[in-house]
Amino acid sequence: MGSRLARPTEPSPGPARRTMGSMFRSEEVALVQLFLPTSAAYTCVSQLGELGLVEFRDLNASVSAFQRRFVGDVRRCEELEKTFTFLQEEVRRAGLALHPPEGRLLAPPPRDLLRIQEETDRLARELRDVRGNQQSLRAQLHQLQLHSAVLGRGHRLPLAATPTDGLLERTPLLQPPGGPHQDLRVNFVAGAVEPAKAAALERLLWRACRGFLIASFRETEQPLEDPVTGEPATWMTFLISYWGEQIGQKIRKITDCFHCHVFPFVEQEEGRLGTLQQLQQQSQELQEVLGETERFLSQVLGRVQRLLPPWQVQIRKMKAVYLVLNQCSVSATHKCLIAEGWCATSDLPTLQQVLQDSSSEAGVSAVVHRIPCRDMPPTLIRTNRFTASFQGIVDAYGVGRYQEVNPAPYTIITFPFLFAVMFGDVGHGLLMFLFALAMVLAENRPAVKTAQNEIWRTFFSGRYLLLLMGLFSVYTGFIYNECFSRATTIFPSGWSVAAMATQSGWSDAFLAEHPLLTLDPAVSGVFLGPYPFGIDPVWSLAVNHLSFLNSFKMKMSVILGVTHMTFGVVLGVFNHVHFGQWHRLLLETLPELVFLLGLFGYLVFLVVYKWLFISATGPAPSILIHFINMFLFSRSRTNPPLFTGQEVVQSALVVVALAAVPVLLLGTPLFLRWQHRRRSPRPAGRPLDEDKSGILDSSDASVAGWGSDEEKAGCPGDQEEAEFVLSEVLMHQAIHTIEFCLGCISNTASYLRLWALSLAHAQLSEVLWAMVMREGLRMGRELGVAAVVLVPIFAAFAVLTVAILLVMEGLSAFLHALRLHWVEFQNKFYLGSGYKLSPFTFAEEED
Amino acid sequence: MTAHGLALPMVLFSIFWGLVGFAGPWLVPKGPNRGVIITMLVTTAVCCYLFWLLAIVSQVNPLFGPQLKNDTIWYVLFQWE
Repeated sequence: MGSRLARPTEPSPGPARRTMGSMFRSEEVALVQLFLPTSAAYTCVSQLGELGLVEFRDLNASVSAFQRRFVGDVRRCEELEKTFTFLQEEVRRAGLALHPPEGRLLAPPPRDLLRIQEETDRLARELRDVRGNQQSLRAQLHQLQLHSAVLGRGHRLPLAATPTDGLLERTPLLQPPGGPHQDLRVNFVAGAVEPAKAAALERLLWRACRGFLIASFRETEQPLEDPVTGEPATWMTFLISYWGEQIGQKIRKITDCFHCHVFPFVEQEEGRLGTLQQLQQQSQELQEVLGETERFLSQVLGRVQRLLPPWQVQIRKMKAVYLVLNQCSVSATHKCLIAEGWCATSDLPTLQQVLQDSSSEAGVSAVVHRIPCRDMPPTLIRTNRFTASFQGIVDAYGVGRYQEVNPAPYTIITFPFLFAVMFGDVGHGLLMFLFALAMVLAENRPAVKTAQNEIWRTFFSGRYLLLLMGLFSVYTGFIYNECFSRATTIFPSGWSVAAMATQSGWSDAFLAEHPLLTLDPAVSGVFLGPYPFGIDPVWSLAVNHLSFLNSFKMKMSVILGVTHMTFGVVLGVFNHVHFGQWHRLLLETLPELVFLLGLFGYLVFLVVYKWLFISATGPAPSILIHFINMFLFSRSRTNPPLFTGQEVVQSALVVVALAAVPVLLLGTPLFLRWQHRRRSPRPAGRPLDEDKSGILDSSDASVAGWGSDEEKAGCPGDQEEAEFVLSEVLMHQAIHTIEFCLGCISNTASYLRLWALSLAHAQLSEVLWAMVMREGLRMGRELGVAAVVLVPIFAAFAVLTVAILLVMEGLSAFLHALRLHWVEFQNKFYLGSGYKLSPFTFAEEED
Repeated sequence: MTAHGLALPMVLFSIFWGLVGFAGPWLVPKGPNRGVIITMLVTTAVCCYLFWLLAIVSQVNPLFGPQLKNDTIWYVLFQWE
């Protein structure tokens, strides 16, 4: 999600740079209608694509793709793209790279299409011809080489081939098995076969022509280049000497079957030598020709390399422009095209300017004007590279509805904060912060920006998130007083062991007998005051530190949770006010707050009261039992009250909270029915302030029909007033009530994961220290032993810290913080059923 | 080992986070990101102050004390006090 503000150059000088609106809610987006004169339509749309201002709506949805106006042009572009793919493939096969084009290329005017097409076709044709030539030359060369190999092999002839000894050649080796075979002339078949088939060939020859032939197989000395694949392969050459015509035919059929290359074999030595020389000469000439061909091929490829990338970009843009033009409808007079689209209101002057500039030479200038619409517009929230990752987190759950309150600006801080509550450790937080800082400082380096590794890109795109998470983790680490699980004494501890020892008579003998002793805060002088910043370091020495920490963390989680959820409900107020639904303030937000704060706000109050006003003198009341009895309207005798009048207050709160439930359930539906009755007689002439509420609140109207179906029809609008169905509204409200009330309880409990994960992190950290580092630090009192041993031990400690505590726990805490935001926080006010404004732009295609 | 009051840290930290949360927004320069930065400052102040407050308030009236091993007690008595 890059920022559109950073677009450096614009084709026309001038309109003010777009400012980033606040992220509080979506910017205002308007439906605009553009009238484009036919001759200038292409240029206008091309300029709009460069700027990325308008999201076009398809006005020809009912027309199939083949019947649209510019289908011919689109088809030509697609054919060109096919040829481009072929050229690209050829370049890739030759091992060359295509470099992305420099500078910014505009979509070419339609008349250039023909020129590009011709040149492309010519290049493709040349390339095909040259490739074809190269293939056939290579095949010929291969044949020649095989032939030379067969002849030059020097198969030992089964018969001595001296010219004087002509008789010998005619002497049969074996006595023919009697019979009329007088044709005893020895003939030869020479050829080459693939080595894989050689054994099979030999076997078959022997079986078929047993005794009447002698075959000798030799492998070629050097591997020959295969013409098709270019890989070197060795061949088996064979020389078969046989007699008898029928055997000859059999042999030929068999060799044909095995796809052997058969060459004429001259019996005399000189004949063979002469042929060999001829072959050498031919293959030399052929190699020269092949060299020339390949030089020409590389020339053509060089041209393709240079010309192809800009063409690809240009044709892609052209095709995109034609696809957009296909979405426009034609005016009655056929003089101009009408386009409809969504555009941010703040961009309208720019849009106007661009259209005027683009159509200046057409005589009639293009115009744009706003039209009213009752569809839900798309949401536009401009972000920069810092806020983009946080907006991304929110959008991953759901893009907000138009002008709904955006949770992202608060998420920038609350998400890292809740992560840090679960991850609190100074050392780990510092490591995370430094890693993120390194990424942030190096973010403009090209090597970093173009890295392709998926996992790296994920971490890199979340670098600001990691930075804040690390920073807050350092802070919560100081509060939890944990640095790689070790506590630090920035201030001296508030607990005095000496006071306890003197007052309780802890002599050395007494201590030797009692392995565990507890400090009692009721004894004077033992507890001297709360530690000013965080958890007292004495607890890290204590055996029962989990008892204290668990109690602290659970209560802290509940308090943070109730605060977060109340904040969510309060954010809903902004939605109600903005859309003019004042009745929801009274009939929904108020009962919700009463329920939430009456019950769980009271719990928070009890916790804080006990912390502040109940001390160790006397029995301590149990909040849990009080809370349970509050709902059961009972009391337990052994549990002292926290303050006088507690029972009365509690009963009153429960009654009021329960009374809020029917208000929440029935209030809005009854109000809407009353409102509908009041104005139902006239379907037309509705007051215009219904606009906003009609578009956006799905819980008001009959829920059917809103959503993406609406965008297809132009601006329908009148449905929701006429179709007020009480039962549907009641059901919707009932679901909302049940969800809220039960959700209050379950969501509050869900925040206890803050406690659970911070406990897990602390324990893992402590185990790692105790099992790894402390063992190393305990080694040997002689100088030097510990130093040597600590090196591998520290290495193990570091690796395990990063792998388990940073990566695994980090991911885990990230996930849980995300869940808390998405479910517990956002379901108090956020609908998230909108869609983003995705303007027509060439930007993504240039990546 | 030393006496800590509640008042001094309360006042100091309240002032500190109060400055961050209330005075900070006035100092943010005008620009397109002003709204976001103000939101961030206020949210940070609220979250961090609340977290610190919970930590200190939960330790004001401890109901039980740390349970120490005897060698820890020996060491603390010897080394720190």
